[in-house]
Amino acid sequence: MLSRKIARHGLAIVATVLLGGLLSATLVRLAPGFDSDEAQLDPHLNSASVQALRQTRLEQHNIFRFYFHSLQRAAHGDLGTSLSLGQPVSLLLRERAPLTLRLVGIGLLLSWAVAMAMALSAAWLRVSAYDALTTAISGAFLCLPAAVLALLSVLWNVPGALAIGLIVFPTVYRYARNLLAKAYAMPHIVMARAKGLSELRILFWHVVPLAGPQLLAVAGVSVSIAIGAAIPVEALCGLAGVGQLAWQAALARDLPLLTNLTILVTIVTLLANSSADLIGHVLRGREA
Amino acid sequence: MRMPPINLWRTNLWRNLACAILLLVVGISLAANWLAPAGYARQYREATDAAPSRAHWLGTDEIGRDRFARVLYGTRISLLLAPAAALLSTLMAALVGGLAGYLGGAWARAAMAVTDLFLSLPWLFLLITVRALMPLNVSALVSVLVTFLMLGLLGWTSAARVLCSTAGSLRESDFVRQARASGVRGARLFWIHVLPNLKPVLLAQFWISIPVFILSEANLGILGLGVAEPMPSWGSLLRELEGLVSVGEEPWKFVPLILLVVVVTSFQLVLSKQEQVAA
Repeated sequence: MLSRKIARHGLAIVATVLLGGLLSATLVRLAPGFDSDEAQLDPHLNSASVQALRQTRLEQHNIFRFYFHSLQRAAHGDLGTSLSLGQPVSLLLRERAPLTLRLVGIGLLLSWAVAMAMALSAAWLRVSAYDALTTAISGAFLCLPAAVLALLSVLWNVPGALAIGLIVFPTVYRYARNLLAKAYAMPHIVMARAKGLSELRILFWHVVPLAGPQLLAVAGVSVSIAIGAAIPVEALCGLAGVGQLAWQAALARDLPLLTNLTILVTIVTLLANSSADLIGHVLRGREA
Repeated sequence: MRMPPINLWRTNLWRNLACAILLLVVGISLAANWLAPAGYARQYREATDAAPSRAHWLGTDEIGRDRFARVLYGTRISLLLAPAAALLSTLMAALVGGLAGYLGGAWARAAMAVTDLFLSLPWLFLLITVRALMPLNVSALVSVLVTFLMLGLLGWTSAARVLCSTAGSLRESDFVRQARASGVRGARLFWIHVLPNLKPVLLAQFWISIPVFILSEANLGILGLGVAEPMPSWGSLLRELEGLVSVGEEPWKFVPLILLVVVVTSFQLVLSKQEQVAA
């Protein structure tokens, strides 16, 4: 059963990535300015070289052929060359991915730690003023654009990972608070409390198994939010990660680089969501 | 009950106050032509980067434009075009999600596959990718249209998911079955029986989209991919914060941010009911 679910998720990821790739290739191909190539205007090139460049462009006119050739090259590890930076895309990704992974990872850990601490304390204390305060704090962060938080982090010398954490935190808190509140209101948990079970036992034996699978789904979504947050944070804090690369590629209209980044980010977010779903499935299976 | 509901935030008083603030901000921004007749692009070259004064209530920017006028016009652009983009995205969600849910089967699966494809990319990443596909060196007016059209054309996916599921359950409801049994078919069944019942969800999705689009425009503007100069918007106004050394240095530069937070918070307070409908 689990292997079938894994296979289904795998197929969905492959299909989405292939479809997304085709869509990206189509958009790149149809984007204004695709046919113009400054290299053809280079006076140092002889007519044969210019002809060869024109021929290459002509071959890219058919969207499906263009996409097929891109896929073929990608299968051999060649993701093309960045037009704006003049470097192989695979090299750029290898250089910048570790920093982004570190920032996103630490940011996620921070956001989850703060959000869960606040949601659990609100659930334990049961003081409406405290609940209102935590909700107001998360609401305030929710009303701030991610890029403003990034700017403020530069202003106050706050590490980029913390800025990502603060961008992700309100979403996680809102879901966690609602899920915990719903779990604590369940009749069997009210009964457990009436019987005098300790708060910790109620939390780990009754509440977490109930809210856990849904919290895992939120974990998958939070990865996507954190990757999105990495763009303004890295761009405005001057951190040389994949987010900054995406921003530079967008400003320079470096479409080959942007397409590869889009596909990479799609794969990462799909893997995160599928992993969360599969772990949730396993946990629910054990519980049953 | 384990955790009491937060009555403080749910009362009509807060919602009415939020509505009043929104109406006030919209009203003032609509009166920008009267309140700042010189316009947002006029330069006061003798007073560049000036502090607030009687002539310039919020000072001037680094090329001498009146910041108060720019905030007013920027607020008008962001507050009028975000609902327009929200309307477009809601209509698209109704068309794609509502029809897919109503038709069901392969249509619903195909529509949801496309929706999943869009949702698999982080929102900001999707926006900057699509924005980069279009020319960046365009006139200010075109950049405004491109930015908000893009928000409207890309922001329909999560709403389409909700609408697809609602339309799917409506399709199986008794009154639709009865209408079908009475001979009502196809487009007429959809327009007369299904679509009116989707109205509360559509309205909720419309309201939810507005603050999301306001924040998205602000993000794009700060990253230099939003509304182009000299046209002001909250995003482009917030770019001024980039050069600040400390918060206390020029606090008046935070006015657009404070206004944005107040407006988005007001929307969140108004939306507390709408979110329940959307869920």
